[in-house]
Amino acid sequence: MRSNSVAGHRILLAHGSGGSLTHDLIAQLFIKHFTHPALLRLDDAAVLAMQDEARIAFTTDSYVVSPIFFPGGDIGKLAVCGTVNDLAMVGAKPLYLSAGFIIEEGFPMVDLERIVASMSAMSREAGVAIVAGDTKVVNHGSADKLFINTAGIGLLPAGLEISGNRARPGDVVIVSGTLGDHGIAIMSQREGLAFSSTLESDCAPLNGLVAEMLAAGEIHALRDPTRGGLATTLNELARQSCVGIEIEEARLPIRQAVHGVCEMLGLDPLYVANEGKLVAVVAPEQAESIAQVMRAHRYGRDTAIIGRVVESHPARVVMRTLLGTSRIVDMLAGEQLPRIC
Amino acid sequence: MKYINEFRDPELARRLVERIRARSHRPLRLMEFCGGHTHAILRYGIRQMLPPTVEMLSGPGCPVCVTANRDLDYAIALARQPGMIIATFGDMLRVPGSYASLQQVRSEGADVRIVYSTLDALEIAKANPAKSVVFLGIGFETTAPTVAASVLQAKAQGIGNYYAFSAHKLTPPATRAILEAGEVSLSGIIGPGHVTTIIGAQAWEFLPGEYAMPCVIAGFEPLDILSAIRVLVDMGEDGRAKVCNAYGRSVQREGNRVAQDMMNRVFEVAEADWRGLGTVPASGLRLRPEYADCDAARVFALDPGPAREHRGCRCGDVLRGTLLPPGCPLFRQVCTPAHPIGPCMVSAEGACAAYYLYGEVPGEEQ
Amino acid sequence: MLIKAIDRDGMAEVEIGGANRRISLALTPEARVGDYVIVHTGFAISVLDEEEARETLRLFAELEAAQEREGASL
Repeated sequence: MRSNSVAGHRILLAHGSGGSLTHDLIAQLFIKHFTHPALLRLDDAAVLAMQDEARIAFTTDSYVVSPIFFPGGDIGKLAVCGTVNDLAMVGAKPLYLSAGFIIEEGFPMVDLERIVASMSAMSREAGVAIVAGDTKVVNHGSADKLFINTAGIGLLPAGLEISGNRARPGDVVIVSGTLGDHGIAIMSQREGLAFSSTLESDCAPLNGLVAEMLAAGEIHALRDPTRGGLATTLNELARQSCVGIEIEEARLPIRQAVHGVCEMLGLDPLYVANEGKLVAVVAPEQAESIAQVMRAHRYGRDTAIIGRVVESHPARVVMRTLLGTSRIVDMLAGEQLPRIC
Repeated sequence: MKYINEFRDPELARRLVERIRARSHRPLRLMEFCGGHTHAILRYGIRQMLPPTVEMLSGPGCPVCVTANRDLDYAIALARQPGMIIATFGDMLRVPGSYASLQQVRSEGADVRIVYSTLDALEIAKANPAKSVVFLGIGFETTAPTVAASVLQAKAQGIGNYYAFSAHKLTPPATRAILEAGEVSLSGIIGPGHVTTIIGAQAWEFLPGEYAMPCVIAGFEPLDILSAIRVLVDMGEDGRAKVCNAYGRSVQREGNRVAQDMMNRVFEVAEADWRGLGTVPASGLRLRPEYADCDAARVFALDPGPAREHRGCRCGDVLRGTLLPPGCPLFRQVCTPAHPIGPCMVSAEGACAAYYLYGEVPGEEQ
Repeated sequence: MLIKAIDRDGMAEVEIGGANRRISLALTPEARVGDYVIVHTGFAISVLDEEEARETLRLFAELEAAQEREGASL
């Protein structure tokens, strides 16, 4: 039973970190008032029934990343990929995006154009069109350079049900590539941390990869491990489906450079954000062939089977460590802060 | 990663565990002083590997956890002053003081910044000459020399708006206080590897000398910890008590003299208030009078009001090793990292945080 | 962490797993390029004794052989 963290308090940065405080905020404030069943499923996109049994997926996201230009991308690329991916995670074919800009007075025109051009290029790659937009300018100091909100709609093929609540004991858990690249790339640009690395964000549109995976076998759930990292995503899936998940530390694909930075700062790669990766929970008989199809795709080169769904310890994620012992992998509470010792 | 991955080798770990299991017959109760050890033990599931004869307790080696509420209340009161920038290590942010946390005052508009080194705080002072920058000195003998270094650099570079608030504490006196309290009967102590890198293995001679207590200094990788347990098991079975340096790649007998000298130049020993242990004589550091103008406590004399403990919080018992975190009635039910009642749940070195994060696997509790 | 470069004001460029960082050598003025150091909150606190490290690992590896001898003598 969680105590109420919302009533009478103020918003903390931790409420936006994607971890348990964010979940508390949603559970104790937002869904008290927003009660549509499509929202209450809490998947990456809402699935809505239209006329003649057609179904669309609809999602929205806001992008407030700082710095707005980082190795491997920019806030615009992030915005397009993030929304495209949320639609792909429910199995929809992404079609149309909207883009709303909140710009701080004084923001350089040349930077804005660079970001918009980046969004255009990424939309072309993903095969989506930006069809609606909005622009607001606020006083200097009222926004951190640029915030972007995108909403997206996609079309769901008939009969396809992919949702966080469909994981079943025996299913196999697959991750599409190396973990933690994006978060570390962003952190390397933050002044306070003063470290450098050659890591680039993995920001990428995954709808093409997902389409190939759907053709290769039975997928039960998909999710992209963004804020809060793989650990948070796996916990969400375990809770939504009321199953346990077991993963093997030795099988997690993580670059040396990510290990190095995490070691340096006392961080755990399981909690570091990704922007071009997905977690798939798939039927066990087809796991190997789905994984092979993923490895053949540009955005799935380092695909790894990392674990399975089990009946024991429902709603908990357990990891077999490098030493063969087991430990819980919990959801992040707030922001992961580099430790003292 | 060289000199790190090798000390995580599963095969070598297995051999150490076999050795421990083969030799261990007498019940042994070991305390790891340092919160960093507690975390490593839980993160790698080391307790699962040990025979039932070996019991592990965590000690007060979490600098954030042992900081008294009054000191944190002072820092929070300071943060609310105009023209003040508080620089702190990340852990302190979420710790609940008597009425608020640094994170809360930050959300109310106070300028509280997370730094990873005291030199970062010095840079902030240089960049903000019109403000006062106070670094919150929380930490044991590993951190105190870095604060000393920053104070010396501030002097050398003529940075007049940099101050240190010392809540630094010393580990041998705390260990002695635990033994004197006699609440837990211990068979051995795993000594803190990085503190001892500074103070030297000889600083622990009083344990076998005065208390017949074996002590093994350990590093922080799983093989380091298993190896220390192995040596303590051997000593326990043989009835020997010595100081053993099992972290020879970092720890010398005399420690780091440069760091000790710097620490002694800037700080002098004073009594200190420890959460869980109360006031312990000669167990803390304060800035010497020569550095009074860098001493936040002297320059910014503020009374934060009487300190208040949260009802039901058992952090003190956890820190003294008389209670394991899952034994606290608030653990997980009310007190979680997102909503901490006490510092042990929110600090990266905190025992409660380690148990919560890596926990006992459901269905496999011993 | 491995020291790649040292500059005049006692700061070193260190590297681990391909990531780089600047830390202070104020507490380990004897450190040289090519040394490994133990780092705590942005300061090197000791120069890693590589021979000791190798010796320790050797001892662990020898445990199995020692155990077998012990077993044989029981």
